[in-house]
Amino acid sequence: MTTMTDPPQASFRLSQLIYDTRYRSYTFQFIALMLLIALMAYLGANLVTNLAEQGQNIAFGFLTEPSGYDINQRPIEYDSQSSHLRASVVGVLNTLIVAFLGCLTATVLGVIAGVLRLSPNWLVRKLMAGYVEAFRNVPVLIWILIIFTIMTAVLPPPSAFRGEDSPSSMLFEAFAFTNRGVYTPAPIWGPGSLVVVLTFLASIAGAIYYRRYATKLLYDTGRLLPMGWPSLAILFVPAILVFFVMGQPISLEYPELKGFNFGGGIHIRGSLIALWFALAIYTGAFIAENVRAGILAVSKGQTEAAASLGLRPGRIMNLVILPQALRVIIPPVISQYLNLTKNSSLAIAVGYMDVTGTLGGITLNQTGRAIECVLMLMLFYLTISLAISGVMNLYNKSIALKER
Amino acid sequence: MSKDNLAYHRTHMLPEAPPPATETGIVKWLRENLFSSVANGLLTVATAYVVISIVIAAAPWFFNGIWDSPSLTACREMLDGRTGACFAVLTERWNQLLFGFKYPDELYWRPTLAFVLLFAAIAPVLFIKFLPKQLLIFTGLYPFIAYWLIWGGSIVVPIMALLGVLFGAFVYRRTLTVSAGVAVLAGIVGAMVFWWIAGLATGNMAGFMALEPVASRDMGGFMINLMLGVICVSLSLPFGILLALGRQSSMPIIKWICVIFIEFIRGVPLITLLFVANVVLAYFLPPGTTFDLILRVIIMITMFASAYIAEVIRGGLAALPRGQYEAADSLGLDYAQSMQFIILPQALKISIPGIVNVAVGLFKDTTLVSVISMFDIVGMIRGPILASAEWNGVYWELFGFAALLFFVTCYGISQYSQWLERQLQTEHR
Repeated sequence: MTTMTDPPQASFRLSQLIYDTRYRSYTFQFIALMLLIALMAYLGANLVTNLAEQGQNIAFGFLTEPSGYDINQRPIEYDSQSSHLRASVVGVLNTLIVAFLGCLTATVLGVIAGVLRLSPNWLVRKLMAGYVEAFRNVPVLIWILIIFTIMTAVLPPPSAFRGEDSPSSMLFEAFAFTNRGVYTPAPIWGPGSLVVVLTFLASIAGAIYYRRYATKLLYDTGRLLPMGWPSLAILFVPAILVFFVMGQPISLEYPELKGFNFGGGIHIRGSLIALWFALAIYTGAFIAENVRAGILAVSKGQTEAAASLGLRPGRIMNLVILPQALRVIIPPVISQYLNLTKNSSLAIAVGYMDVTGTLGGITLNQTGRAIECVLMLMLFYLTISLAISGVMNLYNKSIALKER
Repeated sequence: MSKDNLAYHRTHMLPEAPPPATETGIVKWLRENLFSSVANGLLTVATAYVVISIVIAAAPWFFNGIWDSPSLTACREMLDGRTGACFAVLTERWNQLLFGFKYPDELYWRPTLAFVLLFAAIAPVLFIKFLPKQLLIFTGLYPFIAYWLIWGGSIVVPIMALLGVLFGAFVYRRTLTVSAGVAVLAGIVGAMVFWWIAGLATGNMAGFMALEPVASRDMGGFMINLMLGVICVSLSLPFGILLALGRQSSMPIIKWICVIFIEFIRGVPLITLLFVANVVLAYFLPPGTTFDLILRVIIMITMFASAYIAEVIRGGLAALPRGQYEAADSLGLDYAQSMQFIILPQALKISIPGIVNVAVGLFKDTTLVSVISMFDIVGMIRGPILASAEWNGVYWELFGFAALLFFVTCYGISQYSQWLERQLQTEHR
């Protein structure tokens, strides 16, 4: 027998704040808020006392003062008379450079290694497994230091390139690997080179248009146009033609041994290369696992179904497997990019002047503005992280399976 | 009908023939795995060539290695022009690599003993199905023993710390009938009160059963990496669980505190947090407090790891079907009970691979402390060892050794986690 009783109309008692689930959450939130405020107040009060005791304050005026130190890799104009702010901007650009290069290389390595880990070839499979395990299980800092050691202690000094029978020689007469960095040819943009570049840009648009057209034709009429070689032809033939018609306006400046060092060409420092390759190889190992997992996530039935429709293996990969695998692969890969960007702060270990090296390193030490510098540093990385994860959320939303 | 009219048919069984040579044993395996097509065959040959030439190049370096020599120059003389490694640096600087350069020589047995006991303490957790549950008591005691062994000082300190924890647990048990949240708060407050009183009462017992104290700044080498790894991972697990639950909570204020904390920590590199520990944290503490760098680093790394672990566990919580939450509610369990008995056991099980990934990543990241001039193994190699007159220029042996140490540890952990996943699998296969 059940009886319904009216809910008791009792008035609010103080003990309900603890015992009654309706009010308990308010109690807890109130306590949490109070604790938080108390903690903040405590830390803030300490900060104020400490600063007052040391005669310091929180101010960002130091950013406009001359920095007084040199940065060896300058994407924008900078010298030791420039402000700390400009030094930080140089650092930010250097961070972005190494992050971009690293992400690009890591993707290539990761995709190759990930696909090869699923290869039917036993030896290749095991080799790639070895690569992935070796790099995933050893700290990236150690890899950075190992590659940096190769760059600085193993490669020959520029003087080894001197003379007829020098102990070292340049690769293809164009690349010099020395312990002061790598020298590569630099392009020289002569008059008329703009036309070549514009032609190339136009060919990219043309190639995209051609592929769209071919796809549309396929869907509308079922006629299959070849895709691969015409796109390549559209991409390169006009640009090469224009290049020669304009009288070869773009030439290369080769590095040359001048005095004690190489001159001309592009100088890539050992610290950049160490950081770039170490981050790329390390992150590549993680991306390889993501790629492998993504491909394995597409069930075998999909391949078989596509095959039973009569698709050729290449088309099965392109039209059936990859679109489904990419949905699984891309989100973790983007978070690996994020990790790579954050790990690029290890630049400080090899003296690459990224934002951690300038703002969080020399500027901090020179001005003693620890709080301001570390705060700005964190905000920079936070902005990048939030921006990337925002992009990722948008992407995830756009590819989410539209379930009905 | 006579037999002659019948079409020919066999009247006896043929003996079983062996499969063709190309379809059995090693030949079949080679054909399928190495030479299934021309392209594959070429790939195999090319890969094998690369691997073999690397091995041939590295073999003399490894096997000619000198294991006993006082310095690099002496080692080069012994090699006499041959290619060979100077592993002597490892034997000569063995203690420095493991314990740092300031830990007192005669006390090496203490961290070593703590390291050995670590296995005894961790085994009951790792192999909980195979070892008696009573051994977990030792796991509970281990942090206090290890603290006493590594840092030294009077045994009263760890004992009082232990009693405080027990007292807190007692208070928690007694107040659990009110509500889990209240009980947790009461437990924490109880423990703190106990420690405060104990601190007053035992202030002058510093000499009681004291081991010679060792300051944190005298520690170094791989010991620091292990200590940071073990301490921070074990501390960050409970914090991570709390943060994950907080982020899933229906109370907006608590939820947003957790969200902001997690996203902030995950958005910045560990190095900036170490900078905070190194140069900023002191500003936020009462004037005159000096607690050592290692403790500040532990705090920051623990915060870092808890944010990541929280995200992993949140994934596990989200992966549970809603029915589990509803079933727990319909049984009349309150929030704490449903979490403890229904939700968390399943969510944690799903999260094991992720948690192990975070743990491995964190252990690798402990090398970053060398950037803020702590002498962990990387710091020791780059600082005192490579800068010394005897061993300036011996890179590969040292970095190789450090890489090997980390590889063995991390690979071991990930193998264990795969084994554990198989053990915990309860689905039908």
